[in-house]
Amino acid sequence: MDLQFTPEEQAFRSEVRAFLKDHLPPALAAKVRAGQRLTRADQEGWHAILNKKGWLAYHWPKEHGGAGWTPIQKFIFDDECALAGGPRLVPFGLSMLGPVLIKYGNEAQKKHWLPRILNGDDWWCQGYSEPGAGSDLASLKTSAVRQGDHYIVNGQKTWTTQGQHANMMFCLVRTDRAAKAQSGISFVLIDMKQPGVEVRPIRTLDGDAEVNEVFLTDVKVPLENLVGEENKGWTYAKYLLTYERTGIAGVGFSMAALEKLKLIASRVQKNGKPLAQDPQFATRMAQVEIDLNNMAMTNLRVLAAVQGGGVPGAESSMLKIRGTVIRQELLSLIRRAMGPYALPYIEEAQFAEYAEPPVGPKEAATAAAAYFNYRKLSIFGGSNEIQRNIISKMILGL
Amino acid sequence: MNFELDADRRMLADALGRYLSEQYSAEYRNQTAYGSTGHSAETYAKLAEIGAIGALFPEAVGGFGGEGVDIGVVFETLGHHLVAEPLLGALLVGRAITEAGSAAQRERLEGIVAGETLCALAHDEPDNHYELNRVATTASKSGDGWVLNGAKAVVLFGDQAQLLLVSARTAGAVGDEAGISLFLVPGDAAGITARGYGRIDGGHAAELVLTDVRVGADALLGMEGAGHALLERIVGFGLLALSAESLGAMERAKGDTLEYLRTRKQFGVPIGSFQALQHRMADMLLEVEQARSAVINAAAAIDDDDRVAREKALSAAKYSVGKIGTLIAEEAIQMHGGIGVTWELPLAHYAKRLVMIDHQLGDMDHHLARWMALGA
Repeated sequence: MDLQFTPEEQAFRSEVRAFLKDHLPPALAAKVRAGQRLTRADQEGWHAILNKKGWLAYHWPKEHGGAGWTPIQKFIFDDECALAGGPRLVPFGLSMLGPVLIKYGNEAQKKHWLPRILNGDDWWCQGYSEPGAGSDLASLKTSAVRQGDHYIVNGQKTWTTQGQHANMMFCLVRTDRAAKAQSGISFVLIDMKQPGVEVRPIRTLDGDAEVNEVFLTDVKVPLENLVGEENKGWTYAKYLLTYERTGIAGVGFSMAALEKLKLIASRVQKNGKPLAQDPQFATRMAQVEIDLNNMAMTNLRVLAAVQGGGVPGAESSMLKIRGTVIRQELLSLIRRAMGPYALPYIEEAQFAEYAEPPVGPKEAATAAAAYFNYRKLSIFGGSNEIQRNIISKMILGL
Repeated sequence: MNFELDADRRMLADALGRYLSEQYSAEYRNQTAYGSTGHSAETYAKLAEIGAIGALFPEAVGGFGGEGVDIGVVFETLGHHLVAEPLLGALLVGRAITEAGSAAQRERLEGIVAGETLCALAHDEPDNHYELNRVATTASKSGDGWVLNGAKAVVLFGDQAQLLLVSARTAGAVGDEAGISLFLVPGDAAGITARGYGRIDGGHAAELVLTDVRVGADALLGMEGAGHALLERIVGFGLLALSAESLGAMERAKGDTLEYLRTRKQFGVPIGSFQALQHRMADMLLEVEQARSAVINAAAAIDDDDRVAREKALSAAKYSVGKIGTLIAEEAIQMHGGIGVTWELPLAHYAKRLVMIDHQLGDMDHHLARWMALGA
């Protein structure tokens, strides 16, 4: 065994670190570190900076404008980004649609859509879940009926993250009602700025409204917007979800959250001493740090296997479960470190523009809201219960 | 033994529960709790009229209850309906006056019991992190009266309270038990500035800054410098109330989740038919029953003359509901899936309250450590 990163990988880490030092806007990093809400302009700006360097679609092959990095390089990049306070890349075009188009799209689709993803010409959202079909995705009902040179789509999608910004949606629709649940589904690209598409925000328990319902009424989709073959969408959807789940492990984000937690615990006072010296709180911090280190190593083991030619399958379910549980525990400890100051909630203080002095420790403004908001981590992208089913079936053969 | 409520208490619980079921819908609650004052004066007056406040006090001071069971029944019902009204303030300040007030001070109780005087305990400070003895606010003698200076943190409804109970140091160093005194201060006293805000779980709170706040000699509640014991005593009532409130909210979250497991279908069957969820629902049930027992223990112990036995039972209850309440909140959200994190679902607001109860009057770590420190 050799547990060291190679000299090339270490050199790469230094390169990434230097780039971030020079190009990640400090105001943006400060927002991310404070857990404040990002605007569309924040996200687009960061994408543009990375695109200029050729590092935006870092998991795409070079021929399509990607960086062509190895899995380890991607891991190092994510790690460094998160530690530097870089925002999470908006995954819909880059990590979800992009890989699907590269693998299953036709030449015209690749030529048209991939450069637009890189340039930020389109803002994509995901049309997977439906009110009756969340984790049971195959029961989706939105229908697409062929009519001449296009489909007519009717139905309702839900949990459409950042759908309020999107002009395009990749969407699962049912094209064959007679077929078995998984086999009559197709993968289509829908223009959101046309009649029949209505986006309604869903307010989440923390008060934010980042997710939406999307109502589709007689929406026209040209046949050229069908990806791959008709009725084979399930295969592409599963391929996409594997990508989504690897990202959800979020080792880098947990590392950054752990740093933040330690900083807070060194400042907040309990009984005249820093909270970090409180035996119980220190125990909880130690436990989550050990869990995180174990998970980070598990992540590297999976990456090494992928580097050797494997495809992340059920292993990504493992990473999703552990990764989300650990992130939630870290957010829980940050909330708890605030003591009574977890109670105040000032809507405006969720944004960097808030100019008033903070109520309590400055991290308190977002601590409880972040904890509540990120309860979703163990629910979306296939709930952790579904991930356990996948593990039982695919790894354990039960 | 008999764990049934007696007739009077059952009547109170029924009346209160009926009123809240009919008049305090989830929509109305969220409208008022997340609104500009965090509560409804009308609802508060109605709760007083039904007797929810009177039940928290003994007959000797104009109430008609005041035992642990009474406090438990009222707050469990409030928790079940997610009531955001300022009854905790009434309990804390009113019981402090009941315990230690002079005849003149006791006259304030009438307005409190009637729901006319809004009260707040102003004890927490920016750096005290739940510790009762870490009081940095000072009170110094000035002529006949006192001058108060300091800052108070997250005072529930502190921007609207007409009567504040302020802990301040009249002697000793920050962290000493001795030297803490309690003062009854009008909410609109000159020198108090309040920065009010809404809470994440509904209701209001405020940061108070006291700058040369002058009060008369009659503002001192109980003995000078001996306020720690009184503070511990009234916070004890608060621990019981919050524990019972949590229990009520847990029961509701449990019930809603069970209903969801029975009706929500996935993969063609009710999700409650999956063993993985059945076992977790079974765990929820047994955890809530543990919490109920902890609350019964605390209610029975609230008037125990043996301080250690009493305070251990109270800390044990608050530790238990902190741990169990958070578990119930997280499990209820998780088992509801995506809908569980939406504003629209009443359960989401129960979950927030359950977690936030752990941030009031000491969290699970605080009370576990306190329980151990109290010894045998």
